[in-house]
Amino acid sequence: MHKPVTLITGTRKGIGKYLAEHYVNKGHIVVGCSRSPIDWKLNHYTHFETDVADENSVRQLFQMIRKNFGRLDNLINNAGIASMNHMALTPLSTVNNILNTNVIGTFLFCREATKLMISKNQGRIVNFTTVATPLKLEGEAIYAASKAAVGSLTEVLARELAPYNITVNAVGPTPIETDLIKSVPKEKMQRLIARQAISRFGTCEDVANVIDFFLNPKSDFITGQNIYLGGV
Amino acid sequence: MHQEILNIVTDSVKQTNQLLKNKAPIEQGENCPLFGSNGYLDSMSLVSLVVSVEEKIEKQFNTPLILADEKAMSQKRSPFATVGTLTTYIEELMREVSHA
Ligand SMILES: NC(=O)c1ccc[n+]([C@@H]2O[C@H](COP(=O)([O-])OP(=O)(O)OC[C@H]3O[C@@H](n4cnc5c(N)ncnc54)[C@H](OP(=O)(O)O)[C@@H]3O)[C@@H](O)[C@H]2O)c1
Repeated sequence: MHKPVTLITGTRKGIGKYLAEHYVNKGHIVVGCSRSPIDWKLNHYTHFETDVADENSVRQLFQMIRKNFGRLDNLINNAGIASMNHMALTPLSTVNNILNTNVIGTFLFCREATKLMISKNQGRIVNFTTVATPLKLEGEAIYAASKAAVGSLTEVLARELAPYNITVNAVGPTPIETDLIKSVPKEKMQRLIARQAISRFGTCEDVANVIDFFLNPKSDFITGQNIYLGGV
Repeated sequence: MHQEILNIVTDSVKQTNQLLKNKAPIEQGENCPLFGSNGYLDSMSLVSLVVSVEEKIEKQFNTPLILADEKAMSQKRSPFATVGTLTTYIEELMREVSHA
């Protein structure tokens, strides 16, 4: 049996970094990317300084995967950005950045990964949504909307890619203590967490657990699903 | 270059034909209809063809091409109509890449 090749976006820090370690520990060959360089090292891990929304660099990354590994088994579209701001105070450049990374980036990686996966007639894609969408979180209008788009993309791609045995699912984390939510005021976070069925912060392990389930070969009948953590 | 690309397209059509009940008549060479009104491919097999051609071009010429680019999708006469139109279209794309 060959080692699974797993591509994870946004691995410099936060959940993405945790997932890179998690899947290397599970025996995967992991390829990751982020805009800035990483300050850590890992065996069986290759890093690219790639902005997920830059089509040309994304294609180069996939060219390298095709050349070096000849296959891609799993894609985890973790890279994402947020910005806490009342909509009336949100500059257009922020809107563009969020949509580019969260929606366009996810789309480009899905598209290029699909091409590698189709030739092997198998594959697993996992996208990232957020509880900010169903909880209608004030101050996160564009972020929530961008992740709603990711949810919708996940559902349609699941249908378009089913004939090729590629599943497409999403995980929707609750707040997890990473840099992403650093700027959100404490009491706002507490109020948000209080609205979950299970009122606690999420952890990277919680996210990895859901992704493990989606990647499991036995999950070949699970597609187009979005699992929220915390009972949202 | 024309012959090399034609060989790639032909190989990919043969490969795609394995998925099809109604096989594209590849013995017609460049006139072999692919996609569109007289075509043999449905959208699923077109995807397989595009993936296979892109992969072979990248291997042989070390150039990552995206066949389904804006131009291809907006042209009046689809580059995916026949083996010949697809081959010519790829040649054009390759020329653009080498001049870029
Ligand atoms: N933490 C939470 O509370 C929470 C809740 C719900 C959903 N999520 C989702 O979980 C995912 C990971 O979030 P996180 O909390 O780990 O965030 P984080 O700590 O801010 O890390 C984000 C990661 O993505 C990379 N990244 C950002 N923009 C990128 C781009 N354009 N191209 C390539 N890489 C990019 C960053 O590296 P560079 O800066 O070097 O590019 C970094 O490694 C996101 O999709 C987020 O929306 C998080």
